[in-house]
Amino acid sequence: MATQRVRIRRSTPPFNPSEAPEEPEELLEITLRVNGTEHDLEVPGRRLLSDALRHDLGLTGTHVGCEHGVCGACTVLVDGRPSRSCLMFAATAQGHEITTVEGLARPDGTLGPVQQAFVECHGLQCGFCTPGFLTTITAYLEENPDPTQEEAREAIAGNLCRCTGYQNIVRSVCRAAELRREGEQQ
Amino acid sequence: MKPAPFVYHAPRELEEALGLLAEHGHEGKVLAGGQSLVPVLNMRLAAPAHLVDINRLPGLDRVEVTDDAVRVGALVRHADLLAHEGAAAAQPLLRQALRHVAHPVIRNRGTVVGSLAHADPSGELPAILAITDGSVQLRSRGGERTLSCQEFFVGPMECAVEPEELAVVAVFGRFPAGTRTAFTETARRHGDYAVAGTALALRVEDGRATLARVSYVSVTEVPAVLDLVPTLEGHDLGTPGAAADRALQDALADAVAAFVEPGDDIHASADYRRHLAVVQTTRLLAELLGSTAATTEEN
Repeated sequence: MATQRVRIRRSTPPFNPSEAPEEPEELLEITLRVNGTEHDLEVPGRRLLSDALRHDLGLTGTHVGCEHGVCGACTVLVDGRPSRSCLMFAATAQGHEITTVEGLARPDGTLGPVQQAFVECHGLQCGFCTPGFLTTITAYLEENPDPTQEEAREAIAGNLCRCTGYQNIVRSVCRAAELRREGEQQ
Repeated sequence: MKPAPFVYHAPRELEEALGLLAEHGHEGKVLAGGQSLVPVLNMRLAAPAHLVDINRLPGLDRVEVTDDAVRVGALVRHADLLAHEGAAAAQPLLRQALRHVAHPVIRNRGTVVGSLAHADPSGELPAILAITDGSVQLRSRGGERTLSCQEFFVGPMECAVEPEELAVVAVFGRFPAGTRTAFTETARRHGDYAVAGTALALRVEDGRATLARVSYVSVTEVPAVLDLVPTLEGHDLGTPGAAADRALQDALADAVAAFVEPGDDIHASADYRRHLAVVQTTRLLAELLGSTAATTEEN
């Protein structure tokens, strides 16, 4: 895939007058590679990867729930491994390949197997936690292409769904595994 | 919630990192996996002026298995050590305990050495460092020193690493051949902090325990080891069903209950935690003596 470069000149530090530093905060120039595209950014060192994705790059598919690593809504893939983007700084993510939920569709824009399975099995209700589930499950199926129900349950144990839609999400994991296998046979 | 402003440093050489730590002292903080540190920063429970991100330092991501130890570098993630066959064979307790460390996604980033430096009494790895009689190697611009587990853990959430020092390698000891090990914990939800957890290493020769060490998670302030050899003395561990012997169970319960020093919190009372420690120890012993289905690995 040809690398497209996008330069974003200004980033907005989070606005909170009571805690605004007296001097303008030092900005770091970093390059983030997200879904195959490189983005040059200027961000403060404290910019969380989740916020860099959402605020600076406009990739609002990554959702921010608890911001302390419990809920899993912000999970993205870092070099293919699911990681909490709220527990990483954008500056740390430089030099790594980041995949967000926006990067999970097939190149032609149709749904990837995990997304398709969620549609078929009613794996999403309000949808808030869904991006974190989709990224987590996508990576998991690479590791275990044929999980049992029990293994599927274990695989999603680090993600919270406040609609408690777990039964259908577990079903979606197993269905996604089937779709992947069918895709390989074609 | 967002971290308070800090100056972000990303050194590429160890000497550079040690220089930064020496320069910034108490104002500086080391960032490795960040799975404990970043939540603390996000909630503004800590606000260091300088953050030294060690993720780009070369050579710290190695696991090395030697005749008497498993040496784990500061950038080895939980997931890497969990998957390391050589480490699991040399010290089975590592894999047995790492399975209980948070969730796979957290294990992908969190580091083994980082969780030791965090010194959380509810962390699994501090208990494993203790039971294996391990140590931690520290580097500073001034030199290098190695702290035994007892020296390393000072108090709950407190270790002996000085502000200008970097914990570079954790050294987990190995047990003599024939030692069997097991780990268990009770958590409200799999992957949560344990209400109580227990690691046991047992070596039985001619019906007698020649090595019997146990350490705990969430029930002692700092990781500590209870030597169960005196407790098991006089009981024939070679006979089938030895673990079910009432006198042995009572002696074990007394020893464990006197050793642990749990606290109360919203999740469990001290009494309940003490009870769990006793029950877990009894069950693990039974498991290692072969009277229940084994989920254990031979060393």
